[in-house]
Amino acid sequence: MPPDELAATPPRSSAGRRLATFLYGHPRLQLGLLLAAPMGWLVLAYLGSLAVLFLAAFWRLDPFTATVVHDLGFDNFRTLWNTDVYRRIALRTIGIAAAVTLTDAILAFPIAYYMARVASRRVRGLLLVAILMPLWSSYLVKVYAWRTMLQEGGVVNWALDPIGLKGPGFGNVATWLVFSYLWLPFMILPVYAGLERIPSSLIEASGDLGAKAGRTFREIVLPLAFPAVVAGSIFTFSLTLGDYITPQLVSNNQFVGNVVYDNVGVANNLPFAAAFATVPVVVMIAYLLIARRLGAFESL
Amino acid sequence: MVESLFARIALRVASVLTLAFIYLPLLVIALYAFNDGRTQAWPIDGLTLKWFGKALDNPGARDALFTSLKAGLGATALALLLGSLAAFAVQRYRFFGRETVSFLVILPIALPGIVTGMALNATFRTVFEPFGVGLGLFTVIVGHATFCIVVVYNNVVARLRRLSRSIEEASMDLGADTWQTFRNVTLPAIRTALLAGGLLAFALSFDEIIVTNFTAGDQQTLPLWIFTNLSRPNQLPIVNVVAVLVVLLSAIPVYIAQRLTQEPTSVAAPAAAAAGAKQ
Amino acid sequence: MNRSWKRRLGGTALAGLVVLLAFAAAGCGGGGGKSGSEAKKEVGAGEGKLNLIAWAGYVEDGSTDPKQDWVTPFEKQTGCQTSVKVAGSSDEMVTLMRTGNYDGVSASGDASRRLVAGKDVSPVNVDLVPNYKDVIPALKDQTYNTVDGVHYGIPHGRGANLLMWRTDKVNPAPTSWNVVFDPSSPYKGHITAYDRPIYIADAAVYLQETQPDLNITNPYELDDDQFDAAVDLLKQQRKVAGEYWTDAAKEIQAFTSGSTLVGTTWQYQANTLEASKVPVKAILPKEGSTGWSDTWMIHSKAKHPNCMYKWFDWVISPKVNAQIAEWFGEAPANSKSCALTVVKNHCEIFHASDEAYFDKVAYWNTPEADCGDDRGDKCKDYSEWAQAWTEIKG
Repeated sequence: MPPDELAATPPRSSAGRRLATFLYGHPRLQLGLLLAAPMGWLVLAYLGSLAVLFLAAFWRLDPFTATVVHDLGFDNFRTLWNTDVYRRIALRTIGIAAAVTLTDAILAFPIAYYMARVASRRVRGLLLVAILMPLWSSYLVKVYAWRTMLQEGGVVNWALDPIGLKGPGFGNVATWLVFSYLWLPFMILPVYAGLERIPSSLIEASGDLGAKAGRTFREIVLPLAFPAVVAGSIFTFSLTLGDYITPQLVSNNQFVGNVVYDNVGVANNLPFAAAFATVPVVVMIAYLLIARRLGAFESL
Repeated sequence: MVESLFARIALRVASVLTLAFIYLPLLVIALYAFNDGRTQAWPIDGLTLKWFGKALDNPGARDALFTSLKAGLGATALALLLGSLAAFAVQRYRFFGRETVSFLVILPIALPGIVTGMALNATFRTVFEPFGVGLGLFTVIVGHATFCIVVVYNNVVARLRRLSRSIEEASMDLGADTWQTFRNVTLPAIRTALLAGGLLAFALSFDEIIVTNFTAGDQQTLPLWIFTNLSRPNQLPIVNVVAVLVVLLSAIPVYIAQRLTQEPTSVAAPAAAAAGAKQ
Repeated sequence: MNRSWKRRLGGTALAGLVVLLAFAAAGCGGGGGKSGSEAKKEVGAGEGKLNLIAWAGYVEDGSTDPKQDWVTPFEKQTGCQTSVKVAGSSDEMVTLMRTGNYDGVSASGDASRRLVAGKDVSPVNVDLVPNYKDVIPALKDQTYNTVDGVHYGIPHGRGANLLMWRTDKVNPAPTSWNVVFDPSSPYKGHITAYDRPIYIADAAVYLQETQPDLNITNPYELDDDQFDAAVDLLKQQRKVAGEYWTDAAKEIQAFTSGSTLVGTTWQYQANTLEASKVPVKAILPKEGSTGWSDTWMIHSKAKHPNCMYKWFDWVISPKVNAQIAEWFGEAPANSKSCALTVVKNHCEIFHASDEAYFDKVAYWNTPEADCGDDRGDKCKDYSEWAQAWTEIKG
């Protein structure tokens, strides 16, 4: 096609084109329009209702009328601080969340590394499908299956019997085990993505400079993959912190989520529930800030 | 690093063990789906296919499945829209509060589900109800979209970071306006990121129970149906069947998405395609 | 350029603040909006739908057991398509009622008064329920279904919480609650209890007999000393307890697998286990027990009130009330039901007209600060029970 024919005809002016030109000259308006919908919902509706919810933490429940009284005070927080059991529950929840995160990081790394750097393209694809598929099976059914497996006459005891061991039964160990199981795919995926991003040239250069495989792994691969691990840990930590269904099904112990849920439902004591809910929220926000510092947000 | 043979074997073994760990409970569920007895005792009583028939007949399960599909599609669409908008804003412009956007977007999924649930429930009841929009499918979709935004957002941001703006500028130099450029140049480049994000968003919405508990009203999504039926001793086998069928069926979209996201996704691809078309 | 940024930021902040205040105002105002509604004057045509909250086993449509279905005939007769949400506890029922998505609930005594006080339910015009006249007198005009002479519901039936055990693993057969409270119990780790604050009353019932110097007259109205004694007993029980149960299915599974060997139950679980050939037995121990007397109540803003009134009449009609009483395992409310039960002496087994039996049963009731006697307002109210329960579970 002769070049001058291309340049000869100017583009037709239409409403869409005029709008596009207008927006081109007003970049801030572009930005505003882009952000309006998502930020509008998140800031106004979500943050707004969170704020009101936590405002309720400063109200209290009137024992006679069983309705919420709107005078501000620190009563709920004082009760939380002074009563032993709430501190114990909070520490138990955070402790198990940390244990689950650590366990999943350790469990996820080998398979993620294999997928990212060793497996062939076809195997990698199949492994990804294999890891994504269980996400679709119902969370509830999985926890219930574990409950059946861990109970007195269940699979775990039946399998361990010949070697003379006994399964953990219900309790903290069971909760740790089930949570580690449930959130494992959420850790594998970001770690896999993070490991895949490491350029092979870096690793080859390290080898060229004389480092053995172990040293390369420790000093090159691990630091570069660390943000991805932190990114995955956001999910494992937060999902464990707020869960109330699993502790109820595989243990007798209460987690923060159970206490909040019971107070919302049982005593209809929304102020107290909101006050106790500030604990996981504060922990999570602190965790997110640290994670952002460590570069996790780019590795999600 | 050319991994040593020992390392490769060790990694392969570790991967197999991890996969075994992941699939063991699913196999147990599948076993109970064929279990002859009603209660989940071990060892199982015998094998039967009768629960499959009952599950396929069960109107509650079917309705719940369709509700979940509708909610999932709606939430995914909404999340794709809002997530992309936010991703473009953050990646293409510099503005005050840019870092806060990433933080805000991740909050709904990072905060405990019960907190998100209670907050959204309060919002829906105070703001929507006066307008006649009660708790129902719409609130479920909006609720799910709220925490699904982040998965789309992250995928699109990661992709946009790798895209060079030069190809878009070239497109506009050649006379395309913003919409044409977006349709013909940008969208194909981020398509696989949208697909990956959308798939994960759908999975998140499909299996969500805690926030849905607070926002569903009298609608029953599949997880809610399962929750109700887990406490009915005689419905347990049907629940197991439903879970197994859903996992098996999910292999199809996951596999398709996996194949689609393996296309080359660098900047060069649209240019090469355009060049090839011009000959 | 800087000025416009600041203006944009200031504008956004201002907008956010306005919305925040709007929320706060709405949140403040939203609570007391419900009107204390009045009872219906007449029952019109059915609205085509009905949403109920009920205990497990109360509203059966054939999906649990094809022979147990009193919902389908109701739907055929009235056209009211019925859906039921099974709740595991009174607390759950109160919360569900407060969502406003349901028309009615089968409330026990520890929920009914809360619902009345919270204006979640309307008075019931019993003249519009023809079968009400056949309800046995002992269930009419009770404190849990009648407030200041105004009826708030239709009696459903009553029963006791029982002590159940695996007959093949527990020897000798227990006759007292001691087997679940004894710190040196041989069944340590296999004892169960109801995982709800109302279970504190069960401890109080036990202490009523075993520690008479505490002077417990009403297990739901406990002053400081009585309450502390009950809580201490339960903390002690925690050390020997195995699994706690929150819904019937969990307990059934626990007894079937043998993780639990002895503990408190409803008759429903015992019936279901016996039907599945699990060797159990359930009795009312010598100290007595807690129990429940349930009332069907209608939501103050029910979307399908006519269907709800039709359900009132249906559920206490002689045949249906007999069916439910047999399936669940309780004493029916309708005096004519006893003649219609499949098991001829069902009513004798469940002491339907044995008031002496039910004198040993303390129906679930909502603890209130007002002790109702000369102690004044010294008793513990339900929110204190709930907090104590959290401490007991640990």
